[in-house]
Amino acid sequence: MHQILSLTKNPLLAVEVCGLVKHFGDNCAVDGIDLKIPTGCIYGVLGPNGAGKTTAIRMLATLTKPDKGYAKIFGHDVDKEGHIVRQLIGLTGQYASVDEKLSASENLFIFSRLLGLSRSDARKKTAELLEEFGLTEAAKRPLSKFSGGMRRRLDLAASLISKPPLIFLDEPTTGLDPRTRIQMWNTIRNLVSDGSTVVLTTQYLDEADQLADHIAVIDRGKVIADGTPSQLKASVGAASLELKLNDKTRDQEAKQIIQSLLLVEGHISGEGVITAPLADPELITDVLLALRNNNIQLAEVSVKTPTLDEVFLAITGHEAAKNEIENKDTVSISN
Amino acid sequence: MNRYYMNNANNIAISALTNRNGIKQTIRHSLTMAYRGLLKVRRTPEQLIDVTLQPILFTMMFGYLFGGAISGNVHNYLPLIIPGILVQSIVTGAITIGVQLREDMEKGVFDRFKSLPISRIAPLAGALLADTIRYALITILTFTTGYIMGYRPETGIMGILGVSLLVIAFAWCISWIFALAGVVGRSAAGVQGISMMILFPLTFLSNAYVPVETLPTALKWFAKVNPVSHLITAIREIINHGVISQDFWLSVIGAITVLFIFAPLTVRAYKRRA
Repeated sequence: MHQILSLTKNPLLAVEVCGLVKHFGDNCAVDGIDLKIPTGCIYGVLGPNGAGKTTAIRMLATLTKPDKGYAKIFGHDVDKEGHIVRQLIGLTGQYASVDEKLSASENLFIFSRLLGLSRSDARKKTAELLEEFGLTEAAKRPLSKFSGGMRRRLDLAASLISKPPLIFLDEPTTGLDPRTRIQMWNTIRNLVSDGSTVVLTTQYLDEADQLADHIAVIDRGKVIADGTPSQLKASVGAASLELKLNDKTRDQEAKQIIQSLLLVEGHISGEGVITAPLADPELITDVLLALRNNNIQLAEVSVKTPTLDEVFLAITGHEAAKNEIENKDTVSISN
Repeated sequence: MNRYYMNNANNIAISALTNRNGIKQTIRHSLTMAYRGLLKVRRTPEQLIDVTLQPILFTMMFGYLFGGAISGNVHNYLPLIIPGILVQSIVTGAITIGVQLREDMEKGVFDRFKSLPISRIAPLAGALLADTIRYALITILTFTTGYIMGYRPETGIMGILGVSLLVIAFAWCISWIFALAGVVGRSAAGVQGISMMILFPLTFLSNAYVPVETLPTALKWFAKVNPVSHLITAIREIINHGVISQDFWLSVIGAITVLFIFAPLTVRAYKRRA
């Protein structure tokens, strides 16, 4: 898809980061990060506020110089070959990086011109992107009248003018309402189907889970865990079976049945929820059949895999950023 | 290079990735950035109010206020004060660049410029280019106000065009001082403050409004060495007498010196931050 990649030093490895360090005074924002991001995936960088995600992205996008270590984009060093790197990337910042005083179409036209399009090509490209991102109607309006979601869309559109093979999205959905977030997620998924590599930072655990093929968890400037979303979840422990009976008096009986089938000790909570670790999902059928045969009626049944919130807690040993806890009902995923 | 890149997006063979922009691209990028500056002025014309009103207001105000006292009547004062106000307004116009650069560099859009494969210097060069339009506007307004008040320079339209070019080039050279303040300054308000501190002594402690001979010794000395005074004298002599004097050469040398000192300093500071 991206022919330009055949000219790069390493078309297969979109990002290679080794021992990257950045200090701001005494504060070590990025404290020795190593990453390898293969071409063609969505790579999630997950961490609470102030974990060093944005600083790391800024170094990869040539906006900030690393103090130590190196970062390569398709084999090109961000420090020594910055100009080449800039031809390979698109950046959508945490704060919309578009011109507030201009309209959407003026913004896209100017960025297109800067990227080397002729006047008529720039006009064409602008119209095309406005259409694609549903901004045609608002094209002439000043950005001060734009909603947060429209701004983000424009910002993303501006990053896609040159169809860069690698796109950085720094917290693309922070502050968006749930509906706009899902729209944004779909747009991001489409980018990858077009052959681009996407590096996405987020503090929303479900966002990384929904989008990313691979996640690196960052805390206090360090990568503390990485893997696929399911690997990360598995690292915390297996899934568990939760049951609630209609008739509380039969709790012990049900617990016995579960124990005989799953071969593990169950646990009954004060509210009468029976929880048991579940190694093999196949066994659920056996449990449910046995309960039916014994005429024990169920009020609720669910199988829970650990959420990324739990993953984060388990790895870091401390809670994620405070606002995530407050937003718990919107960010946790219950499978 | 960039053109090739775009072609690539349309699946046409490309040559090679290069690690720098050519001079042609640099000029193109700067012109695009200048276009952006002009678009912003069109969107928010109020940012031109100070520089457009000042020449009109000052010419009328000081003309009628001081005309009688200094030159006997307003008409005789105009050849003296029009060049003075022209230079003062244009130097005031030149300080805007610093504040605008600072504001721009603090915005998110600057991050995007930095992440694009464009010439690093283009946003700065573009802003400076767009400013020449501002200077031209100031020049036109000052001479128009003067004309309405009855000013008819000896050398006619050629004289006006000549000094306009001189004063615009001068403003462009010294705007690098304020551009540097904008690049290294920490906030737009701070840059504005520093620029004003430079601006007021430079413009008022000159021969813009009153004959230097009437000033106390210390002020007289400053007003005489002040480059703004030299420029004003040069303009008066060209436009009123058609003479290119020593002051003309002093102003030109002064402006070029400023350019050669401050342009590299600004570019260096800018590149370090951008």
